Amino acid sequence: MNSKKLWKFFFICPVIIYVSLLIALPLIYILLISFFQSDYYGGMISTFTIQNYIDVFDQVYISVFLKSIFIAGITTFICILISYPFVLAISHKKPRTQKILMTLVMVPFLTNSLIRMYGWLVLLRKSGVINQVLMGLGVIQEPLSLMYNMIGIIIGMVYTLLPFMILPLYSSVSTVDPYLLEASSDLGASKMKTFFKIIVPQTLPGLFNGSLMVFTPALGYFFIVDILGGGKMMILGNLIKNQFLTARNWPFGAAISIVLVLITSLVIIAYRKLGGKMEDLGGA
Amino acid sequence: MKKIGENLYLVLIFVFLFLPILVLILFSFNTSSLNIIFEGFTLHWYYDLFQNSTLLESLFNTLIVAGVSTVVSTVIGTISAYGLYKYSFKGKNIVNELLYIPVVIPEIVLGISLLSVYTLLQLELGLFTLILAHICFCIPFVIISVRSVLEGIDSHISEAASDLGASRFQIFTKIIIPMLMPGILSGAQLALTLSLDDVVISYFTAGPGANTLPLQVYSMIKTGITPDVNALITIMLCFVFVLLMVSTVVQLRRLKKEVSL
Amino acid sequence: MKKVILRIEHLKKSFGNKEVIKNFDLDVYEGEFLTLLGSSGCGKTTILRAIAGLDSVSDGHIYIDGKDVTMLDPKYREVNTIFQNYALFPLMTVEENIGFGLKMKKVNKQEIKKRVQEMLELVHLQGYEKRKPKELSGGEQQRVSIARGLINNPKVLLLDEPLSALDQKLRKSMQLELKQLQKKLGITFIYVTHSQDEALTMSDRIVLLKDGVIQQVDTPVKIYEHPNSLYTAQFLGDSNLFQGIVTRVEDNYTWVKVDDATLKIVSHGWCVGDALNILLRPENIKIILKEKKENTLQGTIVDRVYDGASTNLTIRVNKKKINVMYLGNDKLYSRGQSVYITWDIEDTIVLKREAYE
Repeated sequence: MNSKKLWKFFFICPVIIYVSLLIALPLIYILLISFFQSDYYGGMISTFTIQNYIDVFDQVYISVFLKSIFIAGITTFICILISYPFVLAISHKKPRTQKILMTLVMVPFLTNSLIRMYGWLVLLRKSGVINQVLMGLGVIQEPLSLMYNMIGIIIGMVYTLLPFMILPLYSSVSTVDPYLLEASSDLGASKMKTFFKIIVPQTLPGLFNGSLMVFTPALGYFFIVDILGGGKMMILGNLIKNQFLTARNWPFGAAISIVLVLITSLVIIAYRKLGGKMEDLGGA
Repeated sequence: MKKIGENLYLVLIFVFLFLPILVLILFSFNTSSLNIIFEGFTLHWYYDLFQNSTLLESLFNTLIVAGVSTVVSTVIGTISAYGLYKYSFKGKNIVNELLYIPVVIPEIVLGISLLSVYTLLQLELGLFTLILAHICFCIPFVIISVRSVLEGIDSHISEAASDLGASRFQIFTKIIIPMLMPGILSGAQLALTLSLDDVVISYFTAGPGANTLPLQVYSMIKTGITPDVNALITIMLCFVFVLLMVSTVVQLRRLKKEVSL
Repeated sequence: MKKVILRIEHLKKSFGNKEVIKNFDLDVYEGEFLTLLGSSGCGKTTILRAIAGLDSVSDGHIYIDGKDVTMLDPKYREVNTIFQNYALFPLMTVEENIGFGLKMKKVNKQEIKKRVQEMLELVHLQGYEKRKPKELSGGEQQRVSIARGLINNPKVLLLDEPLSALDQKLRKSMQLELKQLQKKLGITFIYVTHSQDEALTMSDRIVLLKDGVIQQVDTPVKIYEHPNSLYTAQFLGDSNLFQGIVTRVEDNYTWVKVDDATLKIVSHGWCVGDALNILLRPENIKIILKEKKENTLQGTIVDRVYDGASTNLTIRVNKKKINVMYLGNDKLYSRGQSVYITWDIEDTIVLKREAYE
């Protein structure tokens, strides 16, 4: 009986310690300091105030919120547009080829995302490879502004987050019965109709999953905005980063983080309401 | 016609996915140091790289962090997945819910919360805090991956083993672990990928003494990047690619075996 | 006197507030084939798992060969279990699966190899050593799991609905094979099933359970022909039920009024006014064309089903539907025909009606 208890202890202790020390404690602490007051030296005064939350509703910050949500939304939409034809094309291949192609999707992942952003910098800048090639071919006379603007940020976001859409959508598509598609075209449905009436409804779980996994990180990826947006642009990630590392106003940074968590929670609640399962997330 | 269109599209997307990496590999062999036009082939930057102790150290740090956090999170994740599957205890539902937080929360929130707690506990930022942070966001992915395999296992199997005289330890090591291997391996692969890919959380938890390759590149972007960084990235990519090839071949073999049955 | 190999005393088991086994007592003799029979949820599997040590008990004692094992881990009990879905170790070969029990006992490799060969021979699976469970049919997997359970020479082998995953035909042949195996080895089998068919064919004794309480323990013949309760009678085999009141009692015979008819039964201490259940098995009812003096009812054939080996008739007597079964295919009777039914007085099963029925 005693060894049984010891055994149970061994199996559940690590996860309890992990969850309480590395997940619960940090989040509770952030919640706590979001009600603190900052002093002028970058420290915190532990009094209770909701001033930080009132400050969030300043017009400057509201515009950052809106811009972040806009960028994340556009990114999600473009990822969906790119991913559907992609996973459908892959699903028409032999199982072996499918496996190899999906592994190839993962390969760029294994180099760090910041390094890939550096790659895009080399490609997109005024004197970059793309402009050089296009000018060399005589397509354009003047170099295009492909970065230090919204285009650059969106390219970076879509590029970084695309696999998060492709993976769940692919596993969703591979569960669609191919006979159903045959039956549909057999009954005279057009391609468009088959897509919207059969494929989309059956792949909704993957679509929701992918959208969640693209939308929420896009709110916080400050380094993409830093590198490809050129420091002029700002999303929530940059705002939080600045409050913590530059302005050293931790309580305000914490308050923005909590608002970000609330936005994320709304997205997750919507995901669950739409029938999404938590265990499908991150199962890539 | 349809086939050609489809294949063309696939090629296009793969070009999009690989372009930024290919361009860095290409420029690692470029005689010009400006990363603008390919002028000629050279291995000069690889030679330079081995003189650059800052870069080498950041590579070393990256590998240490990825290696240690993968191993630790795989071990803890596997034990936890089995514990959560087999035992019930007070607060288990809360634990299960909390586990998804690192998966869905924006990384920056996790990053600054860990930073705050490190400050609160007066932990000096460095390799240790960095590794701890990586372990923190890798564990849930391992648990999810292992759990999906666990749920497919007939619960009578461990009872059968116990009935035949196996001790709890023997059941876990001789019966359960081998059956969980596919889940453990894919969990470990996921952890490794996430650790190598991470920028945001590392940015807040690394501290000055623990520069990893991405953090090094990040600070160099502002001051100007030397082409030996390209060489370093190329070397790392080769290393990762070989690792991935091995794992894919293993998985394909298994797939083939299953098909032939 | 036969030797008691397993004794269960006052066994109780609760899950939460629900008591699923209530004061269960049972002696199992060496070398017998005992079946725990009952519908799902009756507690039969719970008892099996308690014997194996897979679940703890709330109260009571379990003795194996005289030794109290109630608190012991499965490892230390000289019993082995065959599970419903075989529970073979998927990554091990047939050989490794069967040898697992000996390996855990640290028997040397050569001895294991020898014993595994014997077991393979016993279950007719020579040449399958290197295969994995996935490469075997359901029946073959079942044989492996039986061999795996027997290699440790258990004092009792526990089988938890081992044939339920097999198809009808295979199940029949496995029933015979299991029974032969058990006789040959002389090992005590405790067999759990919900199938009365399996219980009747294979067992030396049947324990019929309902809601965690023993209804009857007897040989198949006795339990079928002399059930001690309406539940037992109706659980095992089909029967036609008549409910009536005793109207006349003599030394040898007793008369019971049932609806419009009066039936004659053998006296067994019944008194006038007793409420009785009278049961007739379908195969004991005979069809005749001319009325007899007693125990004859008139009716009309409303349905006729032929299943190859036998014919089943449904006969309406007054408002009651009576099932009659006879071997073969006698075309003499057809739907709509008016006939008489009768039976031997010894074939009636008579039970006192309980107040709650």
